[in-house]
Amino acid sequence: FHTFFMLQVENVKLLDRYTNRKAANGTLYLTATHLIYVDASAEVRKETWILHHHIATVEKLPLTTAGYPLLIHCKNFHVAHFVIGQERDCHEVYTSLLKLSQPVKPEELYAFSYNPKTSKENREIGWKLIDLKVDYQRMGIPNNYWEITDVNKDYEVCNTYPPEIVVPRAANKAVVVGSSRFRSRGRIPVLSYLYKGNNAAICRCSQPLSGFSARCLEDEQMLQAIREANPGSPFMYVVDTRPKLNAMANRAAGKGYENEDNYDNIRFKFIGIENIHVMRNSLQKLLEVCEMKSPSMSDFLTGLENSGWLRHIKAVMDAGVFLAKAVKDEKASVLVHCSDGWDRTAQVCSLASLLLDPFYRTFKGFMVLIEKEWIAMGHKFSHRCGHLDGDPKEVSPVFTQFVECVWQLMQQFPCTFEFNERFLLEIHDHVYSCQFGNFLGTCHKEREDLKICEKTHSLWPFLLQKKQELRNPLYRGFTAYKELQPNTLPFSFQFWCGMYNRFDKGMHPKQCVLDHLLSCMSQKMKLEDNASELENKLPFLDGPLPSEACSLSKVGRAASKTPMLNTPQDYEGEPTPVLSNGTSAGDIDVTSDVDQKYKENLSHHRDLHDLNDAIDVLDSEAKDGKPQHH
Amino acid sequence: MEFAELIKTPRADNVVLHRPFYLAVEGTLCLTGHHLIFSSRRQDNAEELWLLHSNIDSIEKRFVGSLGTIIIKCKDLRIIQLDIPGMEECLNIASSIEALSTLDSVTLMYPFFYRPMFEIVEDGWRSFLPDQEFELLSSVTDEWRLSCINKEFSVCPSYPPVVVVPKSIDDEALRKVAMFRHGSRFPVLSYYHKKNGMVMMRSSQPLTGTNGRRCKEDEKLINATLRPGKRGYIIDTRSLNVAQQARAKGGGFEQEAHYPQWRRIHKCIERFNILQESLIKLVEACNDQSHNMDRWLSKLEASNWLTHIKEILTAACLAAQCIDREGASVLVHGTEGTDSTLQVTSLAQIILDPRCRTIRGFESLVVREWLQAGHPFQQRCAQSAYSNSKQKWEAPVFLLFLDCVWQILRQFPCSFEFNEQFLIMLFEHAYASQFGTFLGNNENERSKLKLPQKTMSLWSWVNRSEELSKFQNPLFEANSLVIWPSVAPQSLQLWEGVFLRWNRPSKFLDEAHEEMINIIKYNKELQAKVNALRRQLAEMETDDRMQENL
Repeated sequence: FHTFFMLQVENVKLLDRYTNRKAANGTLYLTATHLIYVDASAEVRKETWILHHHIATVEKLPLTTAGYPLLIHCKNFHVAHFVIGQERDCHEVYTSLLKLSQPVKPEELYAFSYNPKTSKENREIGWKLIDLKVDYQRMGIPNNYWEITDVNKDYEVCNTYPPEIVVPRAANKAVVVGSSRFRSRGRIPVLSYLYKGNNAAICRCSQPLSGFSARCLEDEQMLQAIREANPGSPFMYVVDTRPKLNAMANRAAGKGYENEDNYDNIRFKFIGIENIHVMRNSLQKLLEVCEMKSPSMSDFLTGLENSGWLRHIKAVMDAGVFLAKAVKDEKASVLVHCSDGWDRTAQVCSLASLLLDPFYRTFKGFMVLIEKEWIAMGHKFSHRCGHLDGDPKEVSPVFTQFVECVWQLMQQFPCTFEFNERFLLEIHDHVYSCQFGNFLGTCHKEREDLKICEKTHSLWPFLLQKKQELRNPLYRGFTAYKELQPNTLPFSFQFWCGMYNRFDKGMHPKQCVLDHLLSCMSQKMKLEDNASELENKLPFLDGPLPSEACSLSKVGRAASKTPMLNTPQDYEGEPTPVLSNGTSAGDIDVTSDVDQKYKENLSHHRDLHDLNDAIDVLDSEAKDGKPQHH
Repeated sequence: MEFAELIKTPRADNVVLHRPFYLAVEGTLCLTGHHLIFSSRRQDNAEELWLLHSNIDSIEKRFVGSLGTIIIKCKDLRIIQLDIPGMEECLNIASSIEALSTLDSVTLMYPFFYRPMFEIVEDGWRSFLPDQEFELLSSVTDEWRLSCINKEFSVCPSYPPVVVVPKSIDDEALRKVAMFRHGSRFPVLSYYHKKNGMVMMRSSQPLTGTNGRRCKEDEKLINATLRPGKRGYIIDTRSLNVAQQARAKGGGFEQEAHYPQWRRIHKCIERFNILQESLIKLVEACNDQSHNMDRWLSKLEASNWLTHIKEILTAACLAAQCIDREGASVLVHGTEGTDSTLQVTSLAQIILDPRCRTIRGFESLVVREWLQAGHPFQQRCAQSAYSNSKQKWEAPVFLLFLDCVWQILRQFPCSFEFNEQFLIMLFEHAYASQFGTFLGNNENERSKLKLPQKTMSLWSWVNRSEELSKFQNPLFEANSLVIWPSVAPQSLQLWEGVFLRWNRPSKFLDEAHEEMINIIKYNKELQAKVNALRRQLAEMETDDRMQENL
C-alpha cells in the first residue's frame, strides 16, 4: 500500500483555524491524486483528504515555534493550515503540490485515470443519461416555429457551440451563417428555453459586432425570426447583461450592442452584471472575510458588504427574475447576451429556466439544465475553474454564483426542489475535481477531441446513486409549484455559510434538520414494510389502535445518527486565556472529548440495535416501568 | 375616566385597510376602549382585524382632499394603513387612537377588563411559585435556604418576597449586604448546576464608591458559595471602563483585595437607549424597500443589533463555561442587575439546563429570571421600534434575550420543546397583551395592582393543550447535554420571524414547516401502528400457546 505514496511526512500538525483547540499531530501523505492527512493524536483515526485538483493555492508562511507552516486554499473553500517539522519536508511538499495541483496537459487530469470499475456498457449508459433532444421534445420542439438543426455539425458556424442547435425555422442557413459573422465568436442567437404556456422563448447569443454603426441584415432577420416565432407578442426583449458602460466600451473594439433602430420591435435593456474579473476579486474579498480570525459582527458585515458578493448574486437573480417575468407575464421572447455569451448569459438563462419550469428543479432536470446551458453551450469550465496551469485572469466563480442563486431560491422556496443543498455542493465539488469528464475542456468540440465519452465517466449516474442523501425531504413534488417569483429585496439574500465556511463545522448548526428529516424518510420506508408485513401475518384487524402506543414511538434514531459537534469555543475573544486558573486550555479539550466520546458511545450503542429491537426495548421499558440496561 | 369620552367617532364605514402582501379590503372600522376593530363584513370572505390599542406604537395621519389616511405602526412591528373617508371622522379616530394607545394608568389597561372565553384549567399565577422551585433544589442540596426577609418588599423593592440565599447567611447579614448593593439587590441564587454543584448568583453592583468601601457580610455571602480551595468568577456585564466610572456615582465593582477568591471578568453589554436606538435602526433597515444590497448591509451593520446579540450570547456562554467546564461558581451583575444581568443568567441556564429548553421550563425561567427578578417590563416595553418618545428607560432587553434564544434554537433545532412561534408570542405579549403577566415593573408593583386577583395570567392561556400544540417543536428530542452555541458572526442571523415578519410573504416557509410536521407526525403514527400490530400478534400467539397447553 505504501508504494502508492509519492511522499510521506511524519510529525505534521493540522491547525484548526476556528476553535482554539490543540492542533492535531499526524502524518501527511501525497498520492498521485490526493493529499491525505492522518491524525495520529486522535483516538479515533481521523483522515483529511484533499484532492490535488481542488487546491487553489499553496503558501509557505514564515517559520513559527511549532515549525514550518504550509497554508493550502482549496477551490471548494477548504482551508488547511499544516505545520511541518522540517524545512526540507515542507519545501518538498510545497513543490510537489504546486506541480500536482496544476497539471499542464488535459490527459493528466484525474478523470483520465479515475476508474470506478464499471463496465464499458455502464459507462456508455452513463453518458447517455442526459439527452438534450429529449428536453427539447419536452418543450415541444421541433414545432412549427423551431427546429433542431445540425448546421453546426462540423463546427463551421461556431466552434464553441454544440453540433446541434435550436433556431427558428424561418431562419434559413444563409441567415444563420450571416448572423454568425456578425456575432462575437460566431455565437448566434439560439434557443435556450421555450415556455410552452405561451410560446415565448429565451434565446442566447454573444454580443453583435456592431461597433459604432455596423449592421447586418441576416442578424436583423434572425431576431425578427425569433420574435415572429412568438406570434402572441408584438415585440421581443434584447437583454444585454453587462453594465452599460462596459458594453459601450466594447463598441470601440468593433463589438457592442444592438441598436434599437436597426431591429424591428425590439426593446433593448441593460442589466448590469459585472464581468469575470470583478467577480473573481469579489470572491477573493468574501473569502478573506470568511477567514478572519474571530471577527466582530461589524468586521464581518462590513467585509461582506465591501466584498460586493451578495450585490452580484442579487444582480444575477434580478436578471433571472426579469427574464422569467418577461416570458411569463409579458409573454414576450427574450434574447440574452453579454460579451461572449458563455458566462453571465449562462447564469441568467439557466436561472430563468429554473424559475419557469419545475422540471429543472428535479434531479434529472437540474442535470439537464447544467448540461444544456453550461456544458453544451460552451461555458469555459476549464478556464473558469483553472483546471490546468493557465491564465489566472481567466479564472472566475461564475458557476459558483449560479449554484448560490439556486441555494438562495431553496431558502425562499424550501419545498420546490427535489434535491437538497448537498447536491449543489457535490456538483460544485466535482466541477473542480476533474474526477468526471463532464466539466473538462471549454466546449463541446474540445471534449470531443479529448474523447471524454470513451476515456472518462459521467458525474450524473454517480450522483444519482447517492440520491437518498441528496434529496429534499420537504419536496412536494413536480406539480405542486409552477413558476417561482422570488423576493429579491436585499434582505432576502443570506450569506451561505454552508458553502464559504463549509469546512468550519463549528459555525454550522450543531443539529441538522436535514439529517433528521432524511432519517425520518428512511425510517418511514422501514416502518411501512414492517406494517404491511405484520398486517399480512394478522388474519383480521379490528378496533382503533391503542392510543398509548403513540408515546412509544419516539425512537431516537435520527439524533443517534448525527452526533452533535458540540464543544464550547473561545467566548472570551481575547487571545490570552482568561480561564487559566490551574486548568489549561488543553484540559478543557479533554473534557470536551470525553463528552464527545460519551455521545459517540451512546450512538454506537443505539446503532447496535436494529430499529425493531429498539422498539422492543421501548416496549419492555414501558411494561416494567423502569429502564433496562442492554 | 370613561373610555367613551375619548371616542368621538366610534365607527366609520367604507374604510379601506392596506397591509403588505394582502389586497386592500373595504369595511367598517370600530373603536372600543381597548381595541381597534376592522371588519370587511363581506358575506363570502369576512375578515376581521382586532388590534389592541396598547399594541400601537405610533400613528401618522395624512390627507388627500377629504380622504384621510392613518398609518398605524405597532409594537409587534407591523404597519397597517387605513383610508378613512371624511376629514372629521379621520381626525377623531386618529386622536382617539392616540389617546387610547397612550393611557398612563396601568389599571385602565385591557388586562383589567379582559374576560377569558376559555376554561381555566390551571391558574397561571400559581403555576410557578418559588416554594416549588425551592423544593426541587432541596432535593439535591441542603446548602441553601428560602429567606422571607423581603416579605413586605421592605428590604429590596425590586425583589420578590422570598429569595434563595446560602444557608449560612442569616437575614441580619442580608440586610447589611442589601445596604451595600445598588437598589438593595443583594446576591441571590439564580441557578444550581446539578452536575457539579456549582452555582450562578446574581446581584447589582456593589456600592464601593471612590474610596473603596467594603462590606464584610457581602464578602462572606458570596464566599459561602465557594468550595474549599476553589475560586469563583464574577462576570461584570459592563466594560472595565464603565465599571470604573460607576464608582464616581457611588457604584463600583468588587476589588481583588477584598474578594481574593474571585476572578473578575468584564464583558460589554449595552444598555438603555443604545439598545432602543439599535432596534429603531434595525427595523428601519428592514422596512427600507429600496433594492440596494450595499445599503441594506451597511444599515444592518450600523444598527449594531447583531453585535448586541453576539455580546450577550458570548457573556452567557462564558458564564456557562465557568460553571460547567471550570467547575467554578459565578456571580453575575451589571449596574442595577435588572437587565444585562438577567440576559446573561437566563441564557446561561438555557445552555446548561435541559429543563429550560422545555415549554414549562422556559416559562418558569421567564417567571424566575425576568418577572420575579424584577426586570422592569412596563418601563422597558412601553414603546417599541416606532416610538418617538425616546425615554431613557425604554429598551428591548427582553426582545434581545428572546432573539438570543432563537439563535440557540436555530443552532440546536432538535433540543427545544418549543418553536419559534412560542418566542414570538412572548415578544408580543411583553409589549401588548390581554393578560396581566407582563404588567408592572416588579413583584411589588404587581402585588399592589392585585394582578393575580384582577387579571388573567398568560400562562393560564398558553398551557392549555389547544394553544400548546401551536408552540411545540416537532423536531424535539430531549437532550440532556449542555449545548454550546457558536457566536461566530457567520453563525448568527437576523431573526426573520420577528424583523421581516411583515415585510415578506411567508407562504412558502409556512408550507415547509407544515410539511416537516407532517413527515414527523406520519412517522409517529406509523410507529404506533407497527407497535400495536406487533402487540396484537404477540397476544394472539400467547392465546394460541395457552390453548395448546390446555
